[in-house]
Amino acid sequence: MYGLCALAGVLIVITLADVIYQLANNGSLAISHFGLGFITSTEWKPGFSKEGAGALLFGTLVTSLMAIVLATPLGIAIGLYLSMMAPVRVRAIVGPLVELLAAVPSIVYGFWGLVVLVPFVDGLEPGLHSALGFIPIFGPASPVGISVFAAGLVLTVMILPIISALTRDLFLTVPVELKDGAAALGATQWEIIRGIVLPTTVSGCASAVVLGLGRAFGEAIAVSFVIGDANNVNKSLFQPGTTAAARIADQFIAPVNPLHLSAMFYAGLLLVIIGMLTSVAASTIAGRFDVTQRVI
Amino acid sequence: MSATSETAFFDTMPFDPTAPLTPSGNLRRRAAVSRTVQVSATVAALFAVAVLVIVLFGVAKRGAAALSLSFIFENPSGLASGGIFNAIIGTVEIVIAGALIALPLGILTGLYLTEFSGARSRTARLLKLALDMMAGLPTIVVGLFVYGLIVIPQHRESGFAGAVALSIVMLPIMARTSQEVLLLVPNSLREAADALGVSRWRTVLSVIIPAATAGIVTGAILATARAAGETAPLLICNSLYAQDSTSLNLFHGVPSISMFIYQSYDLPLPDAVTRAWGAAFVLMMLILIANIGARLLLARSRAKMRR
Repeated sequence: MYGLCALAGVLIVITLADVIYQLANNGSLAISHFGLGFITSTEWKPGFSKEGAGALLFGTLVTSLMAIVLATPLGIAIGLYLSMMAPVRVRAIVGPLVELLAAVPSIVYGFWGLVVLVPFVDGLEPGLHSALGFIPIFGPASPVGISVFAAGLVLTVMILPIISALTRDLFLTVPVELKDGAAALGATQWEIIRGIVLPTTVSGCASAVVLGLGRAFGEAIAVSFVIGDANNVNKSLFQPGTTAAARIADQFIAPVNPLHLSAMFYAGLLLVIIGMLTSVAASTIAGRFDVTQRVI
Repeated sequence: MSATSETAFFDTMPFDPTAPLTPSGNLRRRAAVSRTVQVSATVAALFAVAVLVIVLFGVAKRGAAALSLSFIFENPSGLASGGIFNAIIGTVEIVIAGALIALPLGILTGLYLTEFSGARSRTARLLKLALDMMAGLPTIVVGLFVYGLIVIPQHRESGFAGAVALSIVMLPIMARTSQEVLLLVPNSLREAADALGVSRWRTVLSVIIPAATAGIVTGAILATARAAGETAPLLICNSLYAQDSTSLNLFHGVPSISMFIYQSYDLPLPDAVTRAWGAAFVLMMLILIANIGARLLLARSRAKMRR
């Protein structure tokens, strides 16, 4: 029995190692052809055997950062509401509802994003551009609304339940004596949050945000529906772009030549390395908190 | 002497203990800040629920047009008519095959973490990190991995490859939930078995697993629900062709609901888009029902364990 259990554990570690090996092995053609220049080159012309992941990584970073910037304050606010403010009955209903946001499949988010969100964004962008156009990220709008901005919004919705559920659990671990003590000294609820709850859980919250970031980095299908698969490095959020994961989803089924296929494995390898680093970072930051990709 | 000083005191600071407390300006400001935070947190929660309702309602409204009994129970005919029965069966096949791989491994890993290694031991921490990394693998990369592992050597995209990919998606979830549930099994049960001289593996098989069954099952349901909605690994590992008939051979391309949606939206036919919405609605309902059911079960078994 012990042997079997240990074997299962070993198998998991081997699988992880094999993931790296398979990606590196199948991407070896691109790795030897492009070397590390792949990471910085922004050209992606499969027909001319020129592939570079610069634009992909840029898009991955921009969409994920946008999602994190929007989802972190929202998610932590929801976590606070569910752990400290909501009446118990409301908690029991709203908590699972927020978690259900994470159960909606990514293809549904993608399809919904394309048909519902993109037209909405299309109506939103000109206004944002004319009001905030002096900031480079709110540049000229794309004609149809398919844009990095739309992808960022979809990702926000997808990682919001992760951050809010994780932080809610964290806030519930804050000892009630500390909170009651602060309240007895006359602190308002905000002062309890600001002075007790957030400082004691700050490392856990940071770790939850990093986990959300990791999820945003790797989302392929939902993003590929709304971002437009354009090899684009653009300051404006309102232009189409792509991410590493979305590019693989868009082009993997019909590679132009072996190098093209191999380049996508190379991009996948970069994605895995980033993903593993975020996992390690999340568990390192978390410190004493047992923050993990929980089932939601 | 004392009388004059007392009157002087009350003259400068009139204090009436029976008067209601009135907040000073500073306290009013603090209360207002706190109030603002409370209101914005409530609004944030409402926003999240509103997004859920908007997504669900949007899919339901558009999907309802395509929905009928024949849509669910018939195979597709022609380019954009007929039902999605084959895709539903295909999704069930792939997901069950994946669960059959992931479930034993997940339970064994959970058992290792709780029964056979200290929670703080180095191997346990390493294994937890490995599980976190596995859970953090982008699903599209899982697809690439299985493509390299199975599809290239076999020279064939297959439902089996898709099932293996989904098992990798499910495994960390199953391991984590099993671990969580096994931790809830009261230690007195283990000690009682030890006191009777029962060997560890027997304790595990006849005491601990039966006590944790409900929790493990709900974990399995949650994991399968999660995997059922995955598209990226199937897009890469499972064949795009073979979408029109029910396929019971896992070693060939097997149709699935998520791939049906992915492909239908590409077809330049209004009917195809309606059918994609219908399929999205079916998929979402299956997943949400499984999720809600599993959560209710989990809450019940947790309450039972804690008692």
